Order: sequence, then structure tokens, then C-alpha cells
Amino acid sequence: MSTNTNAANGDPLVHVEGVEKVFQRGSEKIHVLAQLDLTVGRGEFVALMGPSGSGKSTLLNLIGGLDRPTKGSVSIAGDRVDELSDRQLAGWRARHIGFVFQLYNLIPVLTAERNVELPLLLTHLSKAERTKHVATALAMVGLSHRARHFPRTMSGGEQQRVGIARGIVTDPTLLLCDEPTGDLDRKSGDEILDLLQALNREQGKTIIMVTHDAHASARASRTVHLYKGQITSEAVK
Amino acid sequence: MKFAHLIWGNLTRKKLRTSLTLLSIIVAFVLFGLLCAVKQALAGGVEMAGADRLIVRHKVSIIQLLPESYKARMERIPGVDLAVHQTWFGGVYQDPKNFFMQNPVVIEEFLSMHPELILAPAQKKAWLETRTGAIIGRKTADRFKWKIGDKVPILSPIWGRRTWEFDLVGIYDGRDKGSDTTPMFFRYDYFDESREEGRGKGLVGWYTIRIKDPARAAEIAKLVDREFENSPAETKTEPEGAFAQGFAQQIGNITLIVAGILGAVFFTLLLVTGSTMAQTVRERFGELGVLKAIGFTNGQVLALVLAESCLLALLGGGIGLTAVWAFTARGDPTGGMLPLFYFRPSDVMLGVALCIALGLITGIFPALQAMRLRVADALRRM
Repeated sequence: MSTNTNAANGDPLVHVEGVEKVFQRGSEKIHVLAQLDLTVGRGEFVALMGPSGSGKSTLLNLIGGLDRPTKGSVSIAGDRVDELSDRQLAGWRARHIGFVFQLYNLIPVLTAERNVELPLLLTHLSKAERTKHVATALAMVGLSHRARHFPRTMSGGEQQRVGIARGIVTDPTLLLCDEPTGDLDRKSGDEILDLLQALNREQGKTIIMVTHDAHASARASRTVHLYKGQITSEAVK
Repeated sequence: MKFAHLIWGNLTRKKLRTSLTLLSIIVAFVLFGLLCAVKQALAGGVEMAGADRLIVRHKVSIIQLLPESYKARMERIPGVDLAVHQTWFGGVYQDPKNFFMQNPVVIEEFLSMHPELILAPAQKKAWLETRTGAIIGRKTADRFKWKIGDKVPILSPIWGRRTWEFDLVGIYDGRDKGSDTTPMFFRYDYFDESREEGRGKGLVGWYTIRIKDPARAAEIAKLVDREFENSPAETKTEPEGAFAQGFAQQIGNITLIVAGILGAVFFTLLLVTGSTMAQTVRERFGELGVLKAIGFTNGQVLALVLAESCLLALLGGGIGLTAVWAFTARGDPTGGMLPLFYFRPSDVMLGVALCIALGLITGIFPALQAMRLRVADALRRM
């Protein structure tokens, strides 16, 4: 069974069509996604919800070009992501995608500003330009005063805000968040959700967020429910 | 350069582990440098040998003497340009540990034979005019802080156990970096007249002959030995390089010994550094996945890991090689036993090449592993 979900508003940015994903574990084939269609419009804030193993993180990985579908197509802003080579994909991710991870995934040996600068190292920006972009990103997440601090000296909420700053510093087309509040207490989680919501509403960022948490998904403009690799329902705010 | 802080940060992540690995690399390269210097000291004479010079010694051994009259007979052999003799004096200055070579020579012909020894004309003139005059190499002069005009007493146990007094009239330098500037040379006429009866008057230690055509060295060596065949003092003639090599190989095949030791050291070093790099990359699979997720290509990840291993090897090797350079710049640490003890620039370059090779070899497998890492798999390992 497949569910075709259309963009609630704006131009279509993400277009997932007939996607299947099969993992091979030994002789066993595990069907994680089955004939899945999804469209996300530019400027949307979509929450992907579902139980563990429902395929939401796998879907996020396919949209982000971190993995390839077994079958079907994934188009982002007109680019057929599933047809790009590894090298092209790396460049495409650098230009179009910002990632925010559940465990922040900061590089522990780098300061906050150096972590945020990482995606900019792949651009042709000068040192001065990079510094300016980093300062802007850190200011947007309210962490200018922690720029020179290492991740180990920061709280979970602060680390996640650095992670978001790293995700948005290149001004990506799409921000993909994999359970961004999953490792945070409620207060810190709310701050992160406030931030994501502000990025969506004030900066017009298109965000796709995987979450288990109904409280978090309530911040999204649309919630898509997955179960056993298929979209079972959706709710538009 | 913009990735420098990332490479440096990764290298200093586990300070103790990096320090221990660095230390093992430093020790290995110090050993490399010192062995190169010792090899140079023992075998360096071979490189400094003149291609147009042959050494003629007694067939039985170098300590058996040859008649002074052989000189004229040698110079009559077709192809021989000049024959010059020297004799081992074997003296010591004040204390046996103050050893350096001293040989009596005939001035004009000796200096003509050895243009690699640079002596000021005024000093040469003084030497010719002073029967007890001697010239000393720069290294030994510096070692004992001798200056021209000093009287140098040398005790010789070979030529009658007494102290010989020499007037220092000149200090010579070496034309080339590897020239041995430790020996002292003094006049043969003074030596021959002053040595006691029964102590080899009219006999000399060995001859150096200069030939007109180095290509005929083997042929002329045979002619010289044939000239003195069936005489009481038969000769053995060989190129100066071969003579120096034979002298050095009295303690074994130095090149083979050095290669053996260094081979074992570097093999162990490969295992130690390789293991460190493999471990450090394995621990960072998740972070490498993050780098790939934000857009680093497989090639860039490979280059980052290789840069890290090369930096580690160059840092350790650089410290080790610099330490050896500083140590050997002070000269012979044995006080005269190893006059050519120095770290040649070509050995330094070989050391740098070894550093880079070490970095590449120890980094390539973890780097390939990092390069082949699938992003989604790597992120699951965070």
C-alpha cells in the first residue's frame, strides 16, 4: 500500500516516488520502505513520525542523499539524487542539505565555531567570509558567547544548537533533523523546537524532522506517519 | 591549510597515545641518524678516496714496513705519476684517550698527492723551513685549542718510547665536507733521523701512488705488485677506496649491519604506528560519517587520514633527525676514533623520505577503510 502525500503549500521541493529500500542481512532481505511516495513543498516543516523500524530515518537518509533507494526515485529541487555518483552526491549534500542529528555529532576536538565552520571548508569562501558566516549562524542560535568553547564544556541543548548552526551555516535548501530533541530534556527540547520553528517561519527554511515525540511533531506544519515502511496517514496543521 | 586545525585536533585527541607513538618514531629516527653517522665515520673514507690513487702496502699486513727505495722503482712503472709514502706514528697527546693520527710525510709530494687538504702558502713555506714543523687538521686544532706557534709534545710507543716535540706551523682545512681534518702530518726527514737505530730506519709504512689514467688502475696495481714479487717485502696494491673499505670492514660489513638494524627498527615502527592509526580511525568512524554527511568526498576523507599519519611521522621523524643533526654537528663524540662522524645531507634527505613513506604506509589502510565507509552505516556508530 502506498500513500501519496502532496505538499501542503509552496512549490514541491522534495519528490519521493515509488521508493523501496531493501537491506540484506546475510541471506535475509529486510524491506524497510515499500512503494513510498512523498512530496514536500518549499518552506514546509514536516515531521515524520512512527515507531522504531518504521523506516523514517531510512527515508530521511534517502532524501539527504546518504543512502540510495533500491527502487524508485528521489528528486530534490529538480535533482535526481538517486542518480548522482558518490562524488556528485557529496558536493550536492554540501550545497543543498543541512543535517541535525539526535546525538549532535559534533567533532569533540573542535570548538563550537570550528564545528560550525566545517561545511564552509568545502566552499571557496575566504577565511574572513567563513568567519562572518559562522558568527551569523552562531548568533541565530544564540551561542555567540560560546564560540570558542569545546563541545564537552557545553550542555546537551547548547551542543544541539551548535549542531543546528552547523546545519544552517551554508544556507542549505533543506534542513533534515533526525530526532533533534531525542537526547534532550523537555526544556532544552522546547528551545530547540522553538529554534527550528523560527527558522521555518522567519527564514523560510524547509525542514523535515524525524521524531518519536508527539509534542515535537506538534510544532511541524504537517505530520506524516509511517508504519512498516509505508505512509499510513498525515495531518496538516 | 584550511583543514590544518582538523588534522591537528585529531592528532592531539589522545595525547598520551600520540605522545608514545611520537616517542617511538623519534627514537627510531635518532637511531637511524646515529647509525648513518657511524656508517659514514667507518666507511666514509671510501667516498673520499681519489679515483686516481692506489695504496701499496706490505703483502702480509699494513703493519709490515716497506723500503723507502721502492718509491723510485714505483715511479718508473708506466702509468704511475707519483709515489708518496706515509708511516703510522701512533703517538698520543698527554693521555691515550687523546688519540689522533700522526704521519711523517715528504711535504711537497704529499701536498701534491692530496689537493683536498687546504694549507695556506705561508704556512706551507714555514713548514718547509722548520725541520720539527707539523701541520694539524682543523678539527684536532679546535679540539685541543692549538694555534700556530704552539709546541706539541707527542708520545710515541712505537718509535722509541719518548716524547717527540713538534712546532705547529700550519692548520689545514678539508676541501670537502667529508674530509678528515683530524690527522697531524710532520716531516719525514725529522722522523727518519730521529727514530732510534733498529726501529726501521729507511723503511716506511705504505705508499700512495697517483696514476695518470684511473681506468688503468687494476692493470697498474698488478704491475706494481709484479715489480716487487719474490722480494723480501712483497706488496699488495689496491685502489684507495678499496683500501679504505677493507680498513672499515675489519669490524664487519657495516652497510649490512646498519641495514639489518634499521630494517628491524622500521618494521617494528610500522606495526606500532600502523596500529595507532588503525585504532584512531576506527574510533572515529562516526565522526568521519558526519564529515561525509556534510559534504566531504571520499577522496577528502582519505586525504585527511593520510595527512594525519604523515604529519605524525614527519613530526616524530623531524624531531629525531634534528636531534641527530644537532648532536653530530658537535663532531666526533669519541674523541678521535670516528673522525668522519657526521650526518650527511643525503642521509637527512633519506630520513625525510623515510618519514613520508612511514606516514603513507601506516596511513593508507585506515585511510582506505575511512574512504569506503558508507555514511549511513558510519552515523549509526556515533
